[in-house]
Amino acid sequence: MPVHTKDVSNELQLDPKIRKQIVQRLSKEKLQKMLEQMFLTRFFEENAEALYMRGLVHGTMHLSIGMEASPIGSIAAIRDDDYILHHHRGHGHTIAKGADITLMMGEFIGKEPGYCRGRGGSMHIADIAGRNLGATGIVGGGLPTAVGIGLALQMKKTDNILLCFFGDGATNEGSFHEALNMAALWKLPIVFICDNNQYGMSMAVERAMTVHHISQRAAAYNIPGVTVDGNDVLAVYDKVSEAAMRARSGEGPTLVENLTYRWRGHSKSDRNLYRTQEEIEEWKQFDPIIRYTGWLQEYKVLSEDEIDSIEQSAKESINKATETALAFPEPTPENLEAEVFAP
Amino acid sequence: MTNPETKREITMLEAVREALVQEMRRDENVFLIGEDIGVYGGAFGVSKGMQEEFGMERVRDTPISEAGIAGACVGAALMGMRPVGEVMFMDFLTLMMDQLVNQAAKIRVMFGGKVSIPLVMRAPYGSGTGAAAQHCQSLESWFISTPGIKVICPSTPYDAKGLLVSAIRDNNPVVFMENKLLYKAKGFVPEDLYTLPISKGDVKREGKDMTIFSYGVTAQRSLEAAEILAKEGIDIEVIDPRTLKPLDKDLVIQSVSKTGRLLIVHEATKTGGFAGEVTSVVCESEAFDRLDAPIKRLCGLDIPIPYNRTLEKAATPQVEDIVKAARSLAIEGR
Repeated sequence: MPVHTKDVSNELQLDPKIRKQIVQRLSKEKLQKMLEQMFLTRFFEENAEALYMRGLVHGTMHLSIGMEASPIGSIAAIRDDDYILHHHRGHGHTIAKGADITLMMGEFIGKEPGYCRGRGGSMHIADIAGRNLGATGIVGGGLPTAVGIGLALQMKKTDNILLCFFGDGATNEGSFHEALNMAALWKLPIVFICDNNQYGMSMAVERAMTVHHISQRAAAYNIPGVTVDGNDVLAVYDKVSEAAMRARSGEGPTLVENLTYRWRGHSKSDRNLYRTQEEIEEWKQFDPIIRYTGWLQEYKVLSEDEIDSIEQSAKESINKATETALAFPEPTPENLEAEVFAP
Repeated sequence: MTNPETKREITMLEAVREALVQEMRRDENVFLIGEDIGVYGGAFGVSKGMQEEFGMERVRDTPISEAGIAGACVGAALMGMRPVGEVMFMDFLTLMMDQLVNQAAKIRVMFGGKVSIPLVMRAPYGSGTGAAAQHCQSLESWFISTPGIKVICPSTPYDAKGLLVSAIRDNNPVVFMENKLLYKAKGFVPEDLYTLPISKGDVKREGKDMTIFSYGVTAQRSLEAAEILAKEGIDIEVIDPRTLKPLDKDLVIQSVSKTGRLLIVHEATKTGGFAGEVTSVVCESEAFDRLDAPIKRLCGLDIPIPYNRTLEKAATPQVEDIVKAARSLAIEGR
């Protein structure tokens, strides 16, 4: 069993009493919305994968199946008028920030009405109006940009904050160090969130760094660092809420590490040669959706029937979005050069 | 030919500072960020005294983190501010490449044209200061070949002020090159705030026998060379594009159509340099048929800039090199 599976099954798991308190603090609507978003993300990606298999998608994709709790629990902890910046594996972040799934699917398939008019694709979905400032395909590339967003929020004297998401691999880039140092120095209103899925493509975290937890790296910037059971949407919500409050009150950034696991390969070329099937199966025991639905029933928030109906409705929404998006018009190559510069 | 109607002479360094100060007074979204730009006043003294007027927030000193500085500019621009970054030497743009090339230049198109990135990165460039291979480069061709970035390089204080104001107001990422040797060069500059159009070149000297295309310090050297050759009866037209990307192609085509000869001069290295692109612009245009001699390129040698004064001078085109090249081109094909 890999080291980190043990972490989730033992030390990282929330005390059930604390989890119950978190549930009691939240409205039924909020708890239900998080579940809807988890289902939407799961089905969006399953549909995306199926479209790819059917040869209906031209480009690449990075699936986050099994990792849904991290973006959804995190973004549930901020306000609608707050900002996010995320990465190539960003379908969950985009859905959590309130994106229209039809326009998302349109972008995934590369259509003109898609969020980025078919110019960005799966790896670069941004919903600027929804304050989702997009996804970068450069590992660690968003971190320095986050400094500028945080700086603008601070200089404009808003009380908005930014959640900056990145993977475990990004924390080995120089940009991570520069950005966290600057953000800590200037007490910028940012929460840095590492979606640690334990592999940078094929490179296991324990082969890429000497620290056991990525959150330990926060010590270098004298900011709080916390490792969370990233497959527990409630634990993620709770820790990011704390960090968000700190950022909003002008105390500066926090490094939150959501420990999770990607079930699928890195991208479409991955043949999973660097890990065992047993390991993947082990992690499927911690399916964030199954765990969450279990707790919702345990704490009598939702009945099994209600959960089934939420699941069914999410599935239908995604199927409908897919159908609509497939019929969207293709972009045309006229004026491609003219759109490079802003007027 | 641009000749400002003013009797006030200031240096290029003062002109750059004046542009920054006046734009910052006008628009609170404009701010400066870079290394040692506060009390120190910047490595070359451009921002001297500015922190006193605008405070530590709008004239922001940073740790030595070039990627962080560039990222701060990209992010702030994404939020509607108009950051002006300073990189101490153009050579250090290498440490900002991801933020400038993959982020700033790409974000607009990648996100379907729904955002713009109005940032300026000021970059002191060029050799002649004895700073050797890692502090003397002219790296414009990397940015010229990156869609989404504008590149400006003024050769006079007047152009520097007007173009920097335009660069700040432009809604795109701009690499603004400032020649280190020209910082002390003087010229007439109006005190009032004014703009000059981006992508509009300027005829710095009219002539009929040959066109020299050059920018930055080599444009000034070309003007000196033209005066020397005028005494020999060679009448040279010196054109300065001022903006390298997007280029004022019409100016080049018109001038070469008139003179029939073209010498392109820049400090940057020859292979893969901008001169090759300018050559192609002429070859693909009607001006090609008007050429009386092959186009000549006089550029930096394909070497890392050496330290020793003699070697350093040999690495980039000096006035005497331009005189020699132009003289030879003037008689070629006659």
